Amino acid sequence: MAMTMNLYSRGDKIFAIATSVLIGMFTAATLYPFIYITAVSFSSGFAASAGKVILTPIDATLAAYKHVLTDPKFWVSYRNTFIYTVGGTLMSLAFIIPGAYALSRPQLYGRRFWNLFIAFTMWFNAGLIPFFLNMRDLGLLDSYFGIMIGFAVNAFNLILLRNFFEAIPSSFQEAARMDGANDFQVLWKVYVPLAKPAIATITLFCIVSRWNGFFWAMVLLQSEEKIPLQVYLRHTIANLSDDQEFTATLLNQPYSVETVTAAIIVCAIIPVLIVYPFIQKYFEKGILLGGVKE
Amino acid sequence: MTAKSVGNAANNTASGTPDGTVEYAAPALTLGDKLSRAVDHFRNEWQLYVMLAPAVIWCIVFLYKPMYGLQIAFKDYSIFRGVAASPWIGLEHFETLFGNDQFIRAVFNTIKISALNLLFGFPAPIILALMFNEVLHAGYKRFAQTIVYLPHFISTVIIAGIVITAFSPTAGIVNTILGWFGADSIYFLTKPEWFRPIFVGTGIWQEAGFGSIVFLAAIAGVNPSLYESAVVDGASRWQMMWKITIPSILPTIIIMLIIRIGNIMEVSFELIILLYQPATYSTADVVNTFVYRQGLQSGQYDMAAAAGLFNAAVAFVLVVAANSLSRRYSRTSLW
Repeated sequence: MAMTMNLYSRGDKIFAIATSVLIGMFTAATLYPFIYITAVSFSSGFAASAGKVILTPIDATLAAYKHVLTDPKFWVSYRNTFIYTVGGTLMSLAFIIPGAYALSRPQLYGRRFWNLFIAFTMWFNAGLIPFFLNMRDLGLLDSYFGIMIGFAVNAFNLILLRNFFEAIPSSFQEAARMDGANDFQVLWKVYVPLAKPAIATITLFCIVSRWNGFFWAMVLLQSEEKIPLQVYLRHTIANLSDDQEFTATLLNQPYSVETVTAAIIVCAIIPVLIVYPFIQKYFEKGILLGGVKE
Repeated sequence: MTAKSVGNAANNTASGTPDGTVEYAAPALTLGDKLSRAVDHFRNEWQLYVMLAPAVIWCIVFLYKPMYGLQIAFKDYSIFRGVAASPWIGLEHFETLFGNDQFIRAVFNTIKISALNLLFGFPAPIILALMFNEVLHAGYKRFAQTIVYLPHFISTVIIAGIVITAFSPTAGIVNTILGWFGADSIYFLTKPEWFRPIFVGTGIWQEAGFGSIVFLAAIAGVNPSLYESAVVDGASRWQMMWKITIPSILPTIIIMLIIRIGNIMEVSFELIILLYQPATYSTADVVNTFVYRQGLQSGQYDMAAAAGLFNAAVAFVLVVAANSLSRRYSRTSLW
């Protein structure tokens, strides 16, 4: 590295500096909206509504957070999101890990067919309406279980893990079978420990997509006490300024529609920021593993 | 269990001849032999099928069964009769759709938004990856990557919330900045002419960083000796980028382009649902948002399913066409 650095001409150095500056600008542009929304969430309602917030909170106050954190609906939706995230992720793993193992075994009859059978779902799906009607016919509308089971298997994740299992030398499996272990034991005691990075990757993918999922929760759930955080946030964004009960409190409260919305956004981002370092550790590897071809 | 293992071992030696060559599929295998082999196989390996079954059954129940339900696109579907018993009406829904200005508009909006996405959103991660490749300071690069990958993991609702706040007419930062230059405040999200720039820009902000990972991986895979000999020949970094890096990652670029073209009809309609309003339907309404409104909000399931099927059919044709073009001209293809 040091040697090649010395070989950089003046033009090369200018080029390197220019790219560094451009990268810095793009990074700042990426970061700015988060800083802005955080600043809004801590500003007074008056300053935020007047468009005075740019980089730091103006007339700093926790009023918006107080309003959000004392709203029981916020906590109900937060709890629901936890249920959907934990339950849904565990369900996904329960389907994906054994399935990926079976598909990775050369002795499986019709292996090519089963692989195509799963992979086909990545390339073609029936669309919104048939999926919705199917969920309704299965009696899974407005149900915790429906949200968790309805999105349990993701072909991309399954194939990603299968690729990883395939890369583990078959001698591991053969040796364990010789020693009298059955396939369940082989999977649990040999393959799962060896595939930890891949399993961590798909677990994190599942957690993030569960945490962020909103469209189907919005479509499939009717009861307010079952909606997840993202749907609660959408309701807030869409309806808060028309909510007379809320707007009536604005006269004597130092928050506004903008600061309350921003405070919910910050509360919804924090868990993602907490898992993000773990995600980052794995997803680059994960993406590369998933050189998914059929 | 041990007996079975021995059985396996015996089978293996039987199929391998002493000189080490392996004879696959002995010529005269009777049906009975095949059957007993299959029985043996399932006796030994049944656990694999038990492991596979949940995922396969799940796919049938949640993904393949809706494909069967897609037939309502050709039926006068009634909730009470169900999918199978509803009467066939042929292409009536499609005829209605093609006579529906809103649907036609949605088709063209989908294509226009996708074209903008392709034009601006597709090159963005490639350019970003090429720039990352030129950054010398490893720590700085690491930091920048950590930041630019982040928005990919943020939910659509949050993204929409930030956009709505930032572009708000009185409270938003965008209008505050316009105000510094003496411009009048604009209520961006009610202006049809602003919807697409905001939507495409948001997409780039959210996905360009994460999208660069694939290209960075491709760049990392370029043979280092190419650069070494270029350095010996006195090539500049700029020349190396154009003459070595870009040609080397071209197959990856083409694969990603094919995938992108296959997804032309799939603009991220979740973000559109959150950002559009009747005032901006004229530029914002795409096929999937049309399907959502007609089907899930107005309950015209059969017609909406027909619109969705049309969308999927177009997408299918596009990806097959892109793939075969690419195979013909660049020997790179998805399948």
